[in-house]
Amino acid sequence: MPRHSPFLVVPSPGWSRRRFVQGLAAGGVLAGLSAPGRSAQQASAALGTAPVLRGNEFDLVVAESPVNFTGKPGVATTINGSLPGPTLRWREGETVTIRVTNRLREATSIHWHGIILPYRMDGVPGISFNGIAPGETFTYRFKVRQSGSYWYHSHSCMQDLTGMYGAIIIDPAGAETLQADRDHVLLFSDWTDEDPMRVFAKLKVQGDYYNRHQPTVVDFFRDATRDGMAAAIDKRKMWNEMRMNPTDLADLSSATLTYLANGVTPAGNWTGLFRPGERVRLRMVNGAGNTFYDVRIPGLKLTVVHVDGVDVEPVTVDEFRFGPGETVDVVVAPRDDAYTVFAQSMDRTGYARATLAVREGLQALVPALDPIEWLGMSDMMGAMGQDASAQGMDLTGMTGMTGMTGMDHGGTAMDHSQHGAAAGGLAVPSTAARHARTEYGASTDMRVDMARTNLDDPGIGLRNNGRRVLTLADLHTPSGPMDARGPGREVELHLTGNMERYTWSLDGLEFGRSTPVHFRHCERLRVILHNDTMMTHPMHLHGMWSELESPDGRLLARRHTLPVQPAQRISFLVTADALGRWAWHCHLMFHMDGGMFREVVVS
Amino acid sequence: MSKALPLRALGTALLALASVAAQAQAHDGHAAHGDAAPPAETATAPAMDHGAMQMQGGSAPADARDPHAYADGLQRGAGDYAVPGVPRLAMADEHPLASLRVDTLERRFATGGGDDSTAYDLEAWYGGTYNRAVLKAEGDIARGKLEDSRTELLWGHAIAPYWDSQLGLRMDNGEGPDRQWLAFGVQGLAPYWFDLEATAYVGSGGRTALRLKGSYQLRLTQRLILEPRAEVQFYGKDDPQRGIGQGLANASAGLRLGYEFSRQFAPYVGVERAGSFGRSADLARAEGGRAQQTRWLAGVRFWF
Repeated sequence: MPRHSPFLVVPSPGWSRRRFVQGLAAGGVLAGLSAPGRSAQQASAALGTAPVLRGNEFDLVVAESPVNFTGKPGVATTINGSLPGPTLRWREGETVTIRVTNRLREATSIHWHGIILPYRMDGVPGISFNGIAPGETFTYRFKVRQSGSYWYHSHSCMQDLTGMYGAIIIDPAGAETLQADRDHVLLFSDWTDEDPMRVFAKLKVQGDYYNRHQPTVVDFFRDATRDGMAAAIDKRKMWNEMRMNPTDLADLSSATLTYLANGVTPAGNWTGLFRPGERVRLRMVNGAGNTFYDVRIPGLKLTVVHVDGVDVEPVTVDEFRFGPGETVDVVVAPRDDAYTVFAQSMDRTGYARATLAVREGLQALVPALDPIEWLGMSDMMGAMGQDASAQGMDLTGMTGMTGMTGMDHGGTAMDHSQHGAAAGGLAVPSTAARHARTEYGASTDMRVDMARTNLDDPGIGLRNNGRRVLTLADLHTPSGPMDARGPGREVELHLTGNMERYTWSLDGLEFGRSTPVHFRHCERLRVILHNDTMMTHPMHLHGMWSELESPDGRLLARRHTLPVQPAQRISFLVTADALGRWAWHCHLMFHMDGGMFREVVVS
Repeated sequence: MSKALPLRALGTALLALASVAAQAQAHDGHAAHGDAAPPAETATAPAMDHGAMQMQGGSAPADARDPHAYADGLQRGAGDYAVPGVPRLAMADEHPLASLRVDTLERRFATGGGDDSTAYDLEAWYGGTYNRAVLKAEGDIARGKLEDSRTELLWGHAIAPYWDSQLGLRMDNGEGPDRQWLAFGVQGLAPYWFDLEATAYVGSGGRTALRLKGSYQLRLTQRLILEPRAEVQFYGKDDPQRGIGQGLANASAGLRLGYEFSRQFAPYVGVERAGSFGRSADLARAEGGRAQQTRWLAGVRFWF
């Protein structure tokens, strides 16, 4: 991969937005132009159909492959020549050996996302091992101790954004309890023709570089005509005062990204087949570098059965949102000939799509993108924003609010007098925000003092859209907590950042200025993540399960990647039974690289 | 004119500037506003009062949490379970980056019989998020020669979420003897998205100066940006060889309308009124020129 040069002038070619959204119909890895040394079998891998590798021994070769998704030729980092890489199929209880050979000119690595294994097998360069040097082969070997849908991806540089990802299906040791006649992996990802380090450098200069839906004067006059001048001013006042952007939903958009389903562009229309009458299991993985997908299948209800590889009490919804790192398994019962699997990006600038059909070549109607919604009061103010809306106060401009003592919140559950006290010791997660002293400087552009703790909010852009949308509150792991003990202490970390400087951190400290978080071996502790930013962050703790709990201390679900919404505060329990050093970070690639990352030491 | 007056003028200007910065800082912290409006359920009062709540800036309370408390003394990449021989992980936050932004590269068409000129205004930096080497350069070329230029080399240091302090050197070239100064100032983004820059200078022989600059980007559509911009310079002492008089020396105020073909490339047109005042104006007229002029502008803005 060419060495990143900050002075590389790349004036944007006249791109066609439609092409970026649709992509090339035949977009993908250019078969036949294989890198030297690849077998005929690999070179002829069909576009969009990642081969499935089974057994206990696997050989993966990481190399560059020429690709073309948008009409502009590019270079992807691929595993065994396919994008996504091959689906690995393991069986719970067996030991797998995976030899990874690096044919790139730079170091690489593979991390097994959500897999419980010894820390030296976790694949994070600088923490678990030294990475895999060019020309080297590294052998991973570990016993598989779980079942479900997972994925794997590079943990080096930005290779996760340039194609190095694939799905993992682990069959349970016993009989499969989930009844389905057909099984498809749907790995959503994103692709940019630009060099990701160049993208990061641009964001560093201008954080809103890729946001083509900023508030404009034209918008102002439109709002003023519709709602009156005072309301239009009110709507913008707080954002302007704080120098923050209400349309800041994602760092990248379709201005540079093409959204892929199983490595296929929307125009390419990846199709999963089924026979009429079958129950189909869709193992959906979000392997994107930067994109939250809102997934729905018009005409089909989705019965969510697994999240992050772990079974949940089945819940039937119309739509769900998932961020990079998360996996969701749904079972559907299609009746018609063809359905569109529609995955629109959270910022509503584009979508990935696939088709479920009875035969190849069919298509169903692709819905229009939902309108772009501005972030609202609850996204910026947390609990304060919510309460005020509940009372019918017109808070579009945060008007008439005085200091804390002057507020009357009526019957809603906000009692300021108990602000400092943690009710009932550690039985219930604490709600008092404890900002780190490093959150008051240049690294942090805002702090939320009263975060919202309710988990039944589907999130910006999905509220009141007429569809039943999955929320964290809907998830229940039937087997309950993995550990009967309650937490012995609370660790509170704040998700912070500064959009103007384009820096992301935890507690106002980027990774380079941080110290590790120490978990004592076998302790059970509570982690609280308090989001002091206005973006949703999928937080991923390696090596250990995160057991999400409700605001009143009841265990909800076992997760490995948890999305924390703007101004939200979530809580989960961890049993630190995995000795070693682990990574803990936001799974949005540019946030992770920007510093929203910590080392965890379990000893 | 007594010697005290120019110093007083400079001092007043600095005080005014300091209060603007302080106001901006206070605004940053959303400190409790003077009189609290009575709580109102119906939204009519435009003023917003957060009371004790400071969402931006401010300083840490005495009992703020220690972010290193969870480390139990451990360091990254060393100690328990650190893999021997593995260099510690460094993410992009530790990698220096660089950028060059040319805000102005324009042809200025003088009205009323002055000379056309070409002007540039650029800023480049190299470094990390909080500490950078900054180069600022502004200049004017007419009749094939450099009329006036100001080049600054500074160390930029982040002092608040939206503000950097800058400390370094300034060199003036062009017509007249070259001048060197020590420079110190602040640059940042004030509430309501005003880009502000305020720098004070100290030169040899007791010379002092103050430069203030402000601009605003009004997004008419996604690609059409209207930018009002103003700049003003004060000097503590006369410098007739460079056409400078004590006090308010020169100022410019302009309006530029640009179209972003890409984020990094935007040609623009505009109009600007600029010139000298007071004693500087006298010096300009004595040379047979005009003190102030209006000029039409056409140029490009680009960055890497």
